[in-house]
Amino acid sequence: MKTLLLILLVVAVPLIGNAQGMSIGEKPAVQVASGYAPGDRAESFSLKNVDGAQVSLDNFSDAKGFIVVFTCNHCPFSVAYEDRIIQLDKTYKSLGYPVIALNPNDPQIQPEDSYDNMKKRAKQKKFSFPYLLDEGGVYAHKYGATKTPHVYLLQKKADGLSVAYIGAIDNNSKSGAEADQKYLENALKELIAGKEVTVKTTKAIGCSIKYSKS
Amino acid sequence: MKIKKVIIACGIIVLSLLKLSGQTQAIKFVDAEKYWKTPKDTVLVINFWATWCKPCIEELPCFEKINSRFPNKKIKVILVSQDYASDMDTRVNPFLKKKGIMSEVWLMNEKDPNTWIDRVSPGWSGAIPATLIVLPNGSYEGLYETSFTCEELYLLLEPLVE
Repeated sequence: MKTLLLILLVVAVPLIGNAQGMSIGEKPAVQVASGYAPGDRAESFSLKNVDGAQVSLDNFSDAKGFIVVFTCNHCPFSVAYEDRIIQLDKTYKSLGYPVIALNPNDPQIQPEDSYDNMKKRAKQKKFSFPYLLDEGGVYAHKYGATKTPHVYLLQKKADGLSVAYIGAIDNNSKSGAEADQKYLENALKELIAGKEVTVKTTKAIGCSIKYSKS
Repeated sequence: MKIKKVIIACGIIVLSLLKLSGQTQAIKFVDAEKYWKTPKDTVLVINFWATWCKPCIEELPCFEKINSRFPNKKIKVILVSQDYASDMDTRVNPFLKKKGIMSEVWLMNEKDPNTWIDRVSPGWSGAIPATLIVLPNGSYEGLYETSFTCEELYLLLEPLVE
């Protein structure tokens, strides 16, 4: 049985030629077919915030959309982007696009990403946005997020939440000041101006999401 | 064409000299890609990792043991660090020394991964660990965006080195 599983893994894993977004974390065979592409309708969610309250995307009646960021406490790239994420929320919440952060990591694998540590981190950094527990990485898996940080820019449409942009915040993880391509902000500005987003997907190096092993 | 070959040969010599010094080599993507795609008599196992990536560090011993697991086979491991170039001397090299890493180590000296991730594989999201396997003819066998156990890795490599 184990040999069969290994053979399946070897056959299922090569990604060359696969569509972007159909990538793999720790459960290759399950994750291959998951994930959104730009233009898809994203599922809304209601998840537990760091203050204990449930936050649902359906309750933001004034929002025109959402900046959904899969992130976590431990990943150095997530940490490097925290201040930029706070700034994005400050700038774009009033323009109709609040930040919604989700932590999909299994604390059994990465203890630093526990719910208690999420609370601590949110308090320390004075997060102005919800920081939600995506237990079991259920929504990361549905959305097709593979790493942290991984951004999904959603726009409200009559028939649901349309995926407008997927990928990186900008092109310099080390320093926002040195980033000369602000991918997410470019997409936001285009959406707000009523235009079509020109660069719909980008890629960045990130920490693989620590999906629960079931 | 001849000049191109000479340049590539020089590149290979420089890289092998650097290996002897046991230091990380900062490299631009175009140069890395040129080397990977040049036909040679060996299978390349290119592992994308970083000192801050826990699952990457956990699987490094499996990559270190590849040459002893496949003795007398033409197979070469290159560990390509995604750490910042500014952390090379302060973080990456001390880490390699502490862990006694003997494989060749490069550091991807690029600021915007969006410019090169798709050139490794359109199917790679950029999450690490990830491993690229290159056949002796310079073609890419596959990009594996996953953690490996030693057993899984060797099972994958076995038919390629026969």
